[in-house]
Amino acid sequence: MIPELGQFALIIALCLALVQGVMPLAGAQTRNRMWMAIGKPAAAGQFVFVLLSFLVLTWAFIQNDFSVAYVANNSNSALPLFYRISAVWGAHEGSLLLWILVLNIWSISAIIGGRHLPELFNARVIGVLGLVSVGFLAFILFTSNPFDRLIPAAMDGRDLNPLLQDPALAIHPPMLYFGYVGFAVPFAFAIAVLLEGRQGTDWARWAKPWATMSWVCLTLGIALGSWWAYYELGWGGWWFWDPVENASFMPWLMGTALIHSLSVTEKRGLFKSWTLLLAISAFSLSLLGTFLVRSGVLVSVHAFASDPERGLFILIFLCVVVGAALTLYAWRAPRMTSDAGFAAFSRESFLLANNILLVIATFVVLIGTLFPLVMDALGQGKYSVGPQYFAAVFIIPTLPMALLLGIGMHTAWKRDKWNRVSRHVRIGASLALVLAIAISLLAWDGGGVLSAIGIFAALWVMFAALVDPLAYLRKGQMRRMPLALWGMSIAHFGLGVFILGAVVTETYSVERDQALSVGESTSVGQFEFRFDDLRQVEGPNYTAVEGVISIFDDGEEIAVLYPQKRVYRVQQSPMTESGIDARLGRDLYVALGDPLGGNAWSLRVQYKPLVRLIWLGCIIMSIGGLVAVGDRRYRIARQDATARVPAGTARETG
Amino acid sequence: MKPRRQRLVLVVMIVVGVGIATGFALRALQENLLYFYSPTQVAEGEPPEGRKFRVGGLVTPGSVNRTEGALDVSFDLTDNNTTVTVAYAGILPDLFREGQGIIAHGRMNGDGVFVAEEVLAKHDENYMPPEVAEALDQVHGKDSGP
Repeated sequence: MIPELGQFALIIALCLALVQGVMPLAGAQTRNRMWMAIGKPAAAGQFVFVLLSFLVLTWAFIQNDFSVAYVANNSNSALPLFYRISAVWGAHEGSLLLWILVLNIWSISAIIGGRHLPELFNARVIGVLGLVSVGFLAFILFTSNPFDRLIPAAMDGRDLNPLLQDPALAIHPPMLYFGYVGFAVPFAFAIAVLLEGRQGTDWARWAKPWATMSWVCLTLGIALGSWWAYYELGWGGWWFWDPVENASFMPWLMGTALIHSLSVTEKRGLFKSWTLLLAISAFSLSLLGTFLVRSGVLVSVHAFASDPERGLFILIFLCVVVGAALTLYAWRAPRMTSDAGFAAFSRESFLLANNILLVIATFVVLIGTLFPLVMDALGQGKYSVGPQYFAAVFIIPTLPMALLLGIGMHTAWKRDKWNRVSRHVRIGASLALVLAIAISLLAWDGGGVLSAIGIFAALWVMFAALVDPLAYLRKGQMRRMPLALWGMSIAHFGLGVFILGAVVTETYSVERDQALSVGESTSVGQFEFRFDDLRQVEGPNYTAVEGVISIFDDGEEIAVLYPQKRVYRVQQSPMTESGIDARLGRDLYVALGDPLGGNAWSLRVQYKPLVRLIWLGCIIMSIGGLVAVGDRRYRIARQDATARVPAGTARETG
Repeated sequence: MKPRRQRLVLVVMIVVGVGIATGFALRALQENLLYFYSPTQVAEGEPPEGRKFRVGGLVTPGSVNRTEGALDVSFDLTDNNTTVTVAYAGILPDLFREGQGIIAHGRMNGDGVFVAEEVLAKHDENYMPPEVAEALDQVHGKDSGP
């Protein structure tokens, strides 16, 4: 009975979403305040019922209710409670429910945060969010109902995919979804601006915190996924250019372009229609990502369902949303004119370059991701695009971007002079150059010109990001530095840290596949790995063979690792649990391969210098984003609006 | 700059940038495209010589041969019509097993053996790579045909 309650709640939520989608938009068009006012309670009600439905599904997992098909397929009574809860979003239906819940959380936040916005504008934002919600609720109810019953009920469940039985899985999908779905808010702002034909650029200041928050979540979500793949897939890679990774990376690139373009619109009133287009594109790419991942057209760990009906539904939804948004854009955007100008050497120019390069980067990733799908759909045969394509092409736009970033950060709006800017950056540039050459020649071994350029770019970005905080420090006015400037400095520093980690890991990692018997050892660089022992381990729902590997640095034992090869009992599927000795400066990584007879095993042994900086850099970038959102001008904007409301309400509808 | 000129510069920059990027992208794409062939197509000599490609099929039960104590392994891939022998030196994926559908990247050597640089098995025991499924279907279709 309880699962039916969940489904019933979803149906009510769909009805409320329809109300939320239609009434405020219609009300805004006809200036009917009653209709506009319906949006907020409808959204609140929808949130309550979606949450209820989500809790019902969670309850079914906790209670091991195997009469629910989704639970029976993705859980098991031996599964620990923690994973029974995270299994709620471990497969297609539940992850969609999470998608909708996250959308509702964003909608509610946008309503609370936007309560001071002009009534007309706000009504349209709420309406657009409602319409997006209608699409996804219909999708889940008509094609992917998580509450479908299994009659007769299963005796026990088929267990959660062992790959997903991991703490990082508990947070990776929600984080990623908060990022993906969050771009629905700037999207709704953009549509509201276009519908209203709103002049002025105050909306850029309203939209910026939402875009930035989504970007922060997406950054963390992608970093978590990368970290998880690194230790869980047993290969020690941190990015595979897998289509599903690309599906989350494209909105990230576009979102990054969006928050930079929003700055220009906010500060200078320029790039208005371009910013609107980016807001539409970022969310469209999020939808495209959802389509790619959920339709089963892709072959991947993430591609849960291969159901053509589902794919078709999302494809149609995608076309309707993107098509409608772009049509509206084509119709209304030409009216968005700006009359300000800027010199060739100015902050605006650099941010323009940033935007163009980011769009190009998105474009090359899009080509590589969609090419096989398009060829297949046209019956031209089955191709796949190797990761070398992405690695080779991706640096073409991103390297100049990193180099320009350091200058652009210190260039003034409107017009600036190279002589002035160069004073800020030349120390950092020379220092980066010297260090990059020194590192390439002295540290690790065998780097090339390209890696030296990469290290230079990383250090250059890091040093450039330090200029402003240091200047304030020198003046003894650290406290007066605006949070937005802090945020920018921190985020860019994080980007530099990330680049450094990525370049060094990719250039200097040592990897060796080796057959070893117990008692034998192998060496990687200065480290000696000794295969000490092999033993059986019983986990709650798996049996494992565990290797004991001692690592020596110049004859001194520095770590003992316990990599495992697990077999999960229910699905009888094997899983590699790698053993990692993680330090800030390097990881030592051991994974068990296959038994080779006797007590010999194949082992994959790796030395990965600075690999931690990849994720650390992402975390720093996210912190930068968070700090920037706390800037005074967003708070002041809100207070101003509050003060204005009592007097303004009566007339704003007019 | 005046807004009009600004817009012109913007458009020109975007067009040039996207053009250059597309040129590079297509070149790199061409070099890194891997085409998929079924074992039957491989036996008929369809893959161009010396080029890297992908082959996929089911691992023939009983065909997995290991060199004792070393990483070298060889096995047969079949589409239930023809088989192709694959040689590989390295660690096989977790879900590699006899009867499982897998895909290998690599190229043919002179002796008609496919030397794999990478072997992929997807992380679900019920999962069959779509290319493999299609290759099997085609063989099945031929058998039941007139």
